[in-house]
Amino acid sequence: MNDRIIPWFPAIIACLLGACSEGAWNNPYPNGEQASNVVYSSFSERPKHLDPVRSYSSNEYQFIAQIYEPPLQYHYLARPYKLIPLTAAQLPQVRYLDAAGRPVSRERHGAIAFSEYTVSIQPGIHYQPHPALARDEQGNARYLHLNAEDLKGVHVLGDFSMTGTRELTAADYVYQIKRIASPYLHSPIAGVMREYIAGFDAFREEVGARYGNSPKGVWQDLRSIDFSGVSVDDRYTYRIRIHGEYPQLVYWLAMPFFAPMPWEAEKFYSQPGMEERNITLNWYPVGTGPFMLTENNPNLRMVMEKNPNFHGEQYPTYGEAQDLENGLLDDAGKALPLVPKAVYSLEKENIPYWNKFLQGYYDASGVSSDSFDQAIQFGSQGDVQLTELMQAKDIQLETSVTTSILYMGFNMQDPVVGGFSERARLLRRAISIAVDYEEYISIFANGRGIPAQGPVPPGIFGNIEGEAGINPYVYDWVDGEPRRKDIGEARQLMTRAGYEDGIDQAAGKPLVLYFDTPGAGPGAKAHFNWMRKQYQKLGIQLVIRATDYNRFQEKMRKGTGQIFQWGWNADYPDPENFFFLLYGPNAKVKHGGENTANYQNLEFDRLFEQMKNIENGPVRLEIIRQMTRILQRDAPWLWGHHPKAFSLFHSWYKNVKPNLMANNLLKYKRVDGELRDRKRAEWNRPNYWPLIILSVLLLVSFIPAVVGFYRREHGTLK
Amino acid sequence: MIAYIVRRALYAIPILVGVNIITFLLFFVVNTPDDMARMFLGQKHVTEAQIEDWKTERGYHRPLFYNAEAEGMDSLKDTIFYTKSLRLFVFDFGRSDSGRDISFDISQRMWPSLAIAVPQLLIGLLVAITFALLIAFFRATYIDYWAVVLCVALMSISSLFYIIGGQFVMGKLLRVVPISGFESGIFGIKFLILPVLIGVVGGIGSSTRWYRTIFLEEMNKDYVRTVRAKGIAEQTVLFRHVLRNALIPILTGVVVILPLLFMGSLITESFFGIPGLGSYTIDAINRQDFAIVRSMVFLGAVLYIIGLLLTDISYTVVDPRVRLS
Repeated sequence: MNDRIIPWFPAIIACLLGACSEGAWNNPYPNGEQASNVVYSSFSERPKHLDPVRSYSSNEYQFIAQIYEPPLQYHYLARPYKLIPLTAAQLPQVRYLDAAGRPVSRERHGAIAFSEYTVSIQPGIHYQPHPALARDEQGNARYLHLNAEDLKGVHVLGDFSMTGTRELTAADYVYQIKRIASPYLHSPIAGVMREYIAGFDAFREEVGARYGNSPKGVWQDLRSIDFSGVSVDDRYTYRIRIHGEYPQLVYWLAMPFFAPMPWEAEKFYSQPGMEERNITLNWYPVGTGPFMLTENNPNLRMVMEKNPNFHGEQYPTYGEAQDLENGLLDDAGKALPLVPKAVYSLEKENIPYWNKFLQGYYDASGVSSDSFDQAIQFGSQGDVQLTELMQAKDIQLETSVTTSILYMGFNMQDPVVGGFSERARLLRRAISIAVDYEEYISIFANGRGIPAQGPVPPGIFGNIEGEAGINPYVYDWVDGEPRRKDIGEARQLMTRAGYEDGIDQAAGKPLVLYFDTPGAGPGAKAHFNWMRKQYQKLGIQLVIRATDYNRFQEKMRKGTGQIFQWGWNADYPDPENFFFLLYGPNAKVKHGGENTANYQNLEFDRLFEQMKNIENGPVRLEIIRQMTRILQRDAPWLWGHHPKAFSLFHSWYKNVKPNLMANNLLKYKRVDGELRDRKRAEWNRPNYWPLIILSVLLLVSFIPAVVGFYRREHGTLK
Repeated sequence: MIAYIVRRALYAIPILVGVNIITFLLFFVVNTPDDMARMFLGQKHVTEAQIEDWKTERGYHRPLFYNAEAEGMDSLKDTIFYTKSLRLFVFDFGRSDSGRDISFDISQRMWPSLAIAVPQLLIGLLVAITFALLIAFFRATYIDYWAVVLCVALMSISSLFYIIGGQFVMGKLLRVVPISGFESGIFGIKFLILPVLIGVVGGIGSSTRWYRTIFLEEMNKDYVRTVRAKGIAEQTVLFRHVLRNALIPILTGVVVILPLLFMGSLITESFFGIPGLGSYTIDAINRQDFAIVRSMVFLGAVLYIIGLLLTDISYTVVDPRVRLS
């Protein structure tokens, strides 16, 4: 009897489970969440930091940007990207001072010793409910003086029964800037900010002297240490004084680094016994934003729910011309956030993520190379279209050119490809023509990218479109579009450089170049072969030096690489954030900066210093044009390409518009929960007949064994 | 027996020291403390001073094995190896490089690993023994022949294929279980079905073949012939005599892996989004978190040694002739 049941076991279990659940059997969420307006998304990697002073990656920002509120934010719909107040009452007021502290006009660049930013925040903003802010009946802090007895039975933040709140003040912003400067917190932008914020180093040294660089289990009351460059004017106003001019500071003020931090939170988390329980500020954020983290299990799931104390904000009422017809203004003026909850599930692999997206269990998805052919097809004009499968599910596609660049760099310190000799310059230009990035994008990026003409990507001031914007050393303008120069021209450049047919005429040997890359494995092989072929067009032998990422970085730091690939994502939408990648004082080998090519051109550096401090306008554009021409002539990079982001989303997921600068986008999203439930039910009807057939087949396959056994047991000896 | 266990425990110490040294060497051949700091602090805008601060805070500013600047025993003690590795021997795993308590994380993450591994082991054992007995019973018939072919075929398929294929068929085509995910409690059972089923099917080929060999060897022994000659029913011969005597080698294989069930499966946990110790280890390797890597390798080595010891002890339980001395 038992033997007969076993083959049916999977089907029985499946039926039992099906009977137990009302919804689809494959639904990974509790049935109680049906018909709700919850956003379902995922994360692929456990976030390292949720403390805004440390966090600096997109997988962390997807959480903390919804919780912490810096004074400024980017307008969701307007383009070009535009800063607007978030908790600030208006954009910061800037005044310029000379060395004696007297106001000077902005036009007197040479006389400006300091710029002073005054930020006024809105009154009446409150923090999310949090134990650090809880007070007892007498008004005393409830959990700021805990002892071992109080912490008995406490394992997670939710084990504290009381929560409280208080009003956001300017002092909280100042406290956070002091945290950026504190050596023990290792803020990744401390190195940048110390160059600009007045008194940064003095404050840092004072903190180090008072508490040491790595104090443990003791609260550092940063309020008691003066920071000359940052001060509180009144309850709702604070000032930041920076050396000279740095107009890009306002962009930093839109990043979580500059979000407020109540001192009570830091004191609360630094009490003895908290770190041992993994209850730290790095894991449990406390903010004023539209959402708060209510489930923090980065090994499985992160859940954010609406902050009941959120100060309120309205959906934008204007945007680009096509936003109205695209339905992006349907919610104009409505109170944010538009969804009460967002569930982020850990999904490490692309394949299950993609399949669950197709089943409707995730609201949006990127397009990986594995799923590209399933999702995207190209029309007869080369236009991007969704496949029939996607169209049948009413899935929508959004594309956007990212504000990033993937380039191939030459080490300018290298004796062969580097330097400013005409020979080296001609060699670099020849290679720039030979390496066909149009083909690269087509083969390796499924057409998702546009060849770069210079360092500045589209959408950022300084990117010039059309004929005026092409790199004249690599492209010709033909029939209204850039066309890569013929390989014959590249060969002529090689001849002029003394490398005819790839032979170093001076040495009488073939020219051998070295490509350093952290890529390895079977996936990278095709890429390397393609790269060799590009150089082979000029007769150059390219040797691939593949290594692990750590060693690759070491080579870059020491300047022992020759040719390499690298990339950069914009921190903020300003050309300075791209041109600084080629600014001499940022050279990697000499100064440890981000100038990986170690390019140092005095004229370029002079123009950069001029450009970075002036407002967008014709003057700035002209300087950028000159800088770009210098770069195109010197060719320290093959400009590579600007990747295009493709994102898919379901018809029930509303208000989707790519915004590559803003991270606090969850509050704008809306979900039609009923439509989602209908679609999910339609797409996920269990198909159990194959299981029953399989069970029957398994059973049948046992018949010969049973018969054989019976015969052997009951047969007679012949 | 106690003396034997104590002796084996003492033998374990040099083994664990060796494992520690090898882990340490392998890790630091690939990653320097500077690399770890860069990985932790991020790629953008990181200064040398920040890297030094990070290393100092976590004790990675010391030399690896020998501190030439220190005197006496301090030249050995004031090193990364000594400060990071010695406390493992009292199972103080310390904190990860991101600041979390490793013991706490292990205690949390071993349960999802066990939730998959235990049913997988038990069901797999039951199925494999049943099939192996059946095949052994029909030895030298076409059933035996085709069963062995099937086993070899099942063995030849990559575990990754089982996972992706299983997710595709059961989750996507038939839609009877979630493709991935994990949940504790009764609602979580449906998340376990697919990984357990895949684990059982994936392991059935090799274990059935192995058990078949054991059973065949046992069935050819004189005592089985004697039992059969007495006219005992074949099922009694198989289950009461052959199975019981074949348990010793089966136990060898099973008991040794029992402790390792805690360690989880690297690929399965990654593909199914199961927050177990397998994915914990993989994440740590990817993040160059030496504190977790060394703890997991150490724990794996300890559990393996315990598994071997348990195997020896289990011999004495199933076979009274065996005495540990």
